[in-house]
Amino acid sequence: MAESRTPRVDELEKGPWPSFVKEMKRAAEKKPAAGDLLRQLDLSYEEKVGHWKHGGIVGVRGYGGGVIGRYSNKPEEFPEIREFHTIRVNQPSGWFYTTKALRSLCDIWDKYGSGLTNFHGSTGDIILLGTTTENLQPCFDELSDAGFDLGGSGGGLRTPSACVGPARCEYSCIDTLDVCHSLTLEFQDFLHRPQWPYKFKIKVSGCGNDCVAAIARADLAIIGTWKGPLQINQAAVAEYVKNGLDIEEEVIERCPTRALAWDAANGELKLSAEDCVRCMHCINRMPKALKPGTERGATLLVGGKATILKSAFLGWVIVPFMSLTPPYTELKDLMGRIFDWWDENAKNRERIGELIYRLGMRTFLKEVGLPPVPQMVFRPRANPYVFWWPEEVKRNA
Amino acid sequence: MPRTDFGPPHYGEMLPPVIKRNYGKWAYHEILKPGVLKHVAESGEEVYTVRVGSARLLSTDTIREICELADKYCDGYVRFTSRHNIEFLLSNKENIEPLIAEVKAKGWPVGGTGTCLSNMVHTQGWIHCHTPATDASGIVKAVMDELYSYFEEAKLPAKLRIALACCLNMCGAVHCSDIAILGIHRTPPRVNHEMLAKVSEIPTVVASCPTGAIRPNPKLKSVDVIEERCMYCGNCYTMSPAMEIMDPENDGISIWVGGKVSNARSAPMFSRLAIPYLPNNPPRWPEVVEAVKHLVEVWATHARKGERMGEWIERIGWESFFKLTGIPFTDKHIDDFIFSVPTFRTTVQFRW
Repeated sequence: MAESRTPRVDELEKGPWPSFVKEMKRAAEKKPAAGDLLRQLDLSYEEKVGHWKHGGIVGVRGYGGGVIGRYSNKPEEFPEIREFHTIRVNQPSGWFYTTKALRSLCDIWDKYGSGLTNFHGSTGDIILLGTTTENLQPCFDELSDAGFDLGGSGGGLRTPSACVGPARCEYSCIDTLDVCHSLTLEFQDFLHRPQWPYKFKIKVSGCGNDCVAAIARADLAIIGTWKGPLQINQAAVAEYVKNGLDIEEEVIERCPTRALAWDAANGELKLSAEDCVRCMHCINRMPKALKPGTERGATLLVGGKATILKSAFLGWVIVPFMSLTPPYTELKDLMGRIFDWWDENAKNRERIGELIYRLGMRTFLKEVGLPPVPQMVFRPRANPYVFWWPEEVKRNA
Repeated sequence: MPRTDFGPPHYGEMLPPVIKRNYGKWAYHEILKPGVLKHVAESGEEVYTVRVGSARLLSTDTIREICELADKYCDGYVRFTSRHNIEFLLSNKENIEPLIAEVKAKGWPVGGTGTCLSNMVHTQGWIHCHTPATDASGIVKAVMDELYSYFEEAKLPAKLRIALACCLNMCGAVHCSDIAILGIHRTPPRVNHEMLAKVSEIPTVVASCPTGAIRPNPKLKSVDVIEERCMYCGNCYTMSPAMEIMDPENDGISIWVGGKVSNARSAPMFSRLAIPYLPNNPPRWPEVVEAVKHLVEVWATHARKGERMGEWIERIGWESFFKLTGIPFTDKHIDDFIFSVPTFRTTVQFRW
């Protein structure tokens, strides 16, 4: 047992928030690897440095990704985590589970792994944290029998994820769970066999509240929206006001485009529909009274990513509105063209946003066949360094 | 051979019956109290959600405990959120309080809705990553211990999203959070020439540098680092173990504020630098915890109702933010990378 061999991390058993150290000790009761993991972590706490070696190619038959190789750089001291690979398991859309499915995952992981997991990793996968090279294949075999497939890693499609959507949210303008599932199946060759310049993330949010942070974190963000006026139930608005909502202060003044006005005399909320930019604030504040409009679809944005290499980007609007109904053919065709163009033109480890930045949005739009529209920019260019395509000018030849 | 390429389980198999019956037909919701949501369908059916904080790093036995509660109260169904919370979905209102009592008896927090602090999205840190500048789970635990009451009580001006990434790779993509805790290196990589010649492709290492600080050294079949150009991002180390960047003396933490991903009211925003460096001080990182708590308190004191951290700062101006927080403004706060120019002030309008 590990008593007082980990004095530093033991400190984190205290305090009110659930303790990951307790989780590690709990796993260590059955699994020696979890004990060595805790002891190596304690050493990191002493030395203020990590103790994992660089990568290593490991995997399971038929797949090029989904497993992250990991080796301790102190194998003599911590032999149980000499090999401690992560398996990424593709989560069901929206992170819903039956307890039967969860228990089958636990049983498999107790048999083959450290007994430690992440629910979930930050991309959305179920993370099975730490097993040996030898155990990878039998572990996957049993996962497969239980109906669980691998998630993505490396230079390929990463596991798409979706907000709770229509399963339990009245805001959702698209069927996020179905879009996510359908795209995962459609493109799973790219997910399971990385063959691209770098990673590509897809996230699906049902509305502009963007609960899966698609705009910040996805190379392709699919965010639900609508056309036409939002739906107003005037009686329900009045009810909110009657119950103490300061509608002027909390709704009218916060509308970013001044699209709303409150007619106190008649108890009526007035909407200037052409000014509404569908930000969701008023709906968030009065969900009983306001709903998205009836013509629903999604805005597509491309390029979102974190800092490395050329700076963080938020996703850029490339399709202001697309109807999304199964089997999502228009979306899938567009995605195929985007993948092809990026794969063809990107340098090694160049995300699509960086490629568009390097070659120009006009090139991207032309190559994937999207028309330029004002919704794509906040404002037009101020510099006069304008490129013309050869066919747009007359040359003496 | 096992089956391959069949994809994740179909979500339809994982949905509780009450969800299936009302899929896409929800009418509205209310927050009954912190951590408890009530969704009402057009059919009049109701589903109650109890949101529970989690360590994210879970043992299989803890997951089995979650399953036992879900069997007892939720017909054998449970879900997780994008911020690692557990959600129990109840079709029977009478089960809310007994479930909460059992959850609390296990020491698990209930909250994270509306104007509560939600759980922190974070990365692996020293537990499982090979490039971190700091730990992840330990800092998250220390910060959440200190801010615990903000998870359980709805007493903030607006929602609060804190995230942590243990290096600039940002697997946690923290760059649009109200408060981002980011592990940083502060010294250039030391090149292990012998190793680099053996294990790495030189063009790949050279191309990995955002500032062009890495040049080939053909004589050694290796590379050299122009140290004054290096801003220690660690991307070269991600590409090559011979670019040793970890430096326990100098690695540490930076704090960024004011980001958001939601489109509500204001457009999504990046987090911006508040504190360039705090020391790595395990196991409880007191300087980081104190700094985060201070930021939350200053915001909570001064913001208007409904104002996210970034919206508050944009209203009062960043110069006022530094004044109110007492955080020193340094040359580190002024951008000098490729998109720096639009951050320079080009008006004589500003506050004292």
